[in-house]
Amino acid sequence: MAELAAIYVRLVGARIRGDLQYRTSFVLFITSQFLVAFLDFLAIAIIFSHVPRLAGWSLAEVMFLYGATNVSFNLADVFISPVETLPGRVRMGTFDALLTRPLGPLFQLATEEFALRRVGKLIQGVVILVLAITRLHVEWTAARVGLTAVMLIAGAVIFSAIWIATAALNIFTVETTQFGNAFTYGGNFLSQYPIDVYGVWLRRVFAYLLPIAFVNYFPALYILGRESSLGVLALRFASPFVALATALVAAAIWRFAIRHYRSTGS
Amino acid sequence: MTGPLIELTDVEKTFVVRRRAGRLRRVRTEVPAVAGISFSVPAGAMVGYIGPNGAGKSTTIKMLTGILVPSGGALRVAGVDPQRRRVELARRIGVVFGQRTQLWWDLPLRDSFELLRHIYRVPADRHRANVNAFVELLDLGALLDTPVRQLSLGQRMRGDLTAALLHDPEIVFLDEPTIGLDIVSKVAVRDFLAEINRERGTTVLLTTHDLADIERLCPRILIIDHGRVIYDGLVDAVKERLGGERTLVVDLEEEAAPLDIAGARVFRVEGRRQWLRFDRDETTAARLVAEVAAQAALVDLAVEEPDIEEVVRRIYVEGM
Amino acid sequence: MYWEVARRAFRRYATYRGATVGRIFTGSVFGFIRAYVMVAVYRSRVDIGGFDVVDAVTFAFVSQGLLAAIEAFDTDEIAQRIRTGDIVTDLYRPLDFQRYWLSQDLGRATYHVLARGIPPVLAGALVFHLRVSSSPTVLVAFVLSVVLAVVVNFGMRFIVNLMAFWLVDIRGLLQMFTLSEMFFAGLIVPITFFPHWLETLARFLPFAGVLQLPVEIFLGKHVGIELVATLATQVAWAIALLAAGRALVAAATRKVVVQGG
Repeated sequence: MAELAAIYVRLVGARIRGDLQYRTSFVLFITSQFLVAFLDFLAIAIIFSHVPRLAGWSLAEVMFLYGATNVSFNLADVFISPVETLPGRVRMGTFDALLTRPLGPLFQLATEEFALRRVGKLIQGVVILVLAITRLHVEWTAARVGLTAVMLIAGAVIFSAIWIATAALNIFTVETTQFGNAFTYGGNFLSQYPIDVYGVWLRRVFAYLLPIAFVNYFPALYILGRESSLGVLALRFASPFVALATALVAAAIWRFAIRHYRSTGS
Repeated sequence: MTGPLIELTDVEKTFVVRRRAGRLRRVRTEVPAVAGISFSVPAGAMVGYIGPNGAGKSTTIKMLTGILVPSGGALRVAGVDPQRRRVELARRIGVVFGQRTQLWWDLPLRDSFELLRHIYRVPADRHRANVNAFVELLDLGALLDTPVRQLSLGQRMRGDLTAALLHDPEIVFLDEPTIGLDIVSKVAVRDFLAEINRERGTTVLLTTHDLADIERLCPRILIIDHGRVIYDGLVDAVKERLGGERTLVVDLEEEAAPLDIAGARVFRVEGRRQWLRFDRDETTAARLVAEVAAQAALVDLAVEEPDIEEVVRRIYVEGM
Repeated sequence: MYWEVARRAFRRYATYRGATVGRIFTGSVFGFIRAYVMVAVYRSRVDIGGFDVVDAVTFAFVSQGLLAAIEAFDTDEIAQRIRTGDIVTDLYRPLDFQRYWLSQDLGRATYHVLARGIPPVLAGALVFHLRVSSSPTVLVAFVLSVVLAVVVNFGMRFIVNLMAFWLVDIRGLLQMFTLSEMFFAGLIVPITFFPHWLETLARFLPFAGVLQLPVEIFLGKHVGIELVATLATQVAWAIALLAAGRALVAAATRKVVVQGG
């Protein structure tokens, strides 16, 4: 395990070095990523210039949700999104080379296409989250702090799982790539706002079917001390378990896709 | 280790192809790419694996290296089942794909080698020794700092060869390694493989369309067609069996009807040039030349040995 | 002849049928998210900047639909050709360079609006009450406005791409441009939500003509003289941008001739 970590660091380090060769373009890209992400926040800021609360949530609270989902999502983006190159590689025939190496293909994809540039959006998420925390009137108990940290990591795991599952399913048709975007980017976008804004049936979908609500909404209910008609109290602490479950499902889907490739060659 | 290093028993691989038949229906056809192949390769051997396109060569290599799972039969490579213990096997084999590189596209060659050291967990000094040896053999010294994307095909192939052997694999599989290369690179690749096999006893299994590769490297060949092995044996044996023959190529001063000479048969005519086939045991080239000169004005001539191209073609077409 | 170019482009994109359903789905998802947010916003307000909740919800879906029309102008295809030098053959062809690319884009946009643009709006209409005008004037004006929007968007991207003649790497420029366009065209929020000074500024920029203005026309926000004026704004920008583009092509051609590519 430790050896894998060492290999990971080396491989990722090599990619970072490669990226840094083009320093100006690197910095420019990070800046533009930051600004693109910031546009979504601008939408929220502009909205709140007209209303004091959105579905009962204050600006600071929405910023908290926004920051949390963006940190989680962009952590997944930085570390896991490289697996979306899987279908492209399968189609171009460059996936075979990975199967001749003594490492899992998921690991190799994640390291091979690692791009530090994606960190621009992550930085934006962190900035907004920190700003939100400074504006919130919350009593920061150990439990709340701990749950915040857990929320961010569990959220990252959930998004990673969605990414891995969609990448795996994408080897079957061209169509599914775009569908995948609806779940990854769509999932991120929708969780920037409190789930309460959505219609009742959609809220239930996001809570019980696609676990987007566990990325930030449920933990935030506890951290911010809010009430909700959705779900029971215990669910607010369930995100690590949900994360684990989605990771297992994603791993199964991934293995299924690789097995399918190895028996059909496509 | 005792026993063969590579062993296939009745290996089969069937692909399911779905084609559209009409608007909505899909017809399912089963295409047997490999239809029952058995052979074994002892350690230290160099074996050529040849056949027409679509014969099943690449599919076999993919199964041997753990990429594809066979539909039937049994495979053992270095004592291990490639399907079940892919990662373990991967440490002990090297693979080179003809047109697709394993190297990191935008990093310098040197970096690719370094990354592979970590992936394969090669001890630093062993790695350094290997890199130095291969760089020398393949003349890569000046290219070590060049990004792979800037290398020519021949240079990249030399890089891929190095990459495949850095971890001292017991077996190296090559799928069309010389395809598209210039003649200088081809010679370099062949010399390198011969050296590796001789010095380190690395077992080599290579597929190729270029029979000059076979001539240079492989004492033993397997010929595969339509998913089956149609010949498994020494190249020399094949040449001998079909090789009593020679060809006399004559250029006449004027076009003429096919010459009629005892002991020889004209099998091809192109303008003023005619090709005569004769059996070495029945007549000599010298006598034939004299006979030809007696019948027509002779401008130029050449005697051709049976080349492996011809030999293999005959096997495909006529069978053994 | 340019009609042929447009038709071929239409057909080319029509055959990329793969991924269209996925795109429609994604577009619809984003439309729904924005629509729901608008509904929540309007719980405490009746009118923002002249838009009511039905306007805002309709805006969410129609803008997603239009996004398909303006999004995919192969963002840096021209710049790529400049970088590789292929552009030289393009400039020497007997085709008008700008008209060629414009025709291509119009062909593409037509397909995208029909295939990717309309379905999300239909999906939205199933769940929400949308403002759809039955007045033929409005609908005709809307179609005109959309065509102009594509031209204005093309005009701007064309200029940005041509910068590759003078700048080594236009990616940064292109990114900044896309950012500005997304914001000032009203894709993030309708520009009627902006603070007054910002909205005024936005209306002076060409970006408004890419999304905001067509949707406003669709919502029936402009009637009579105002409608004509709005369309005229788009036309004016289209002409100005295309003219600037042509000037740049001329300058670039001179540069190519002098420097030999």
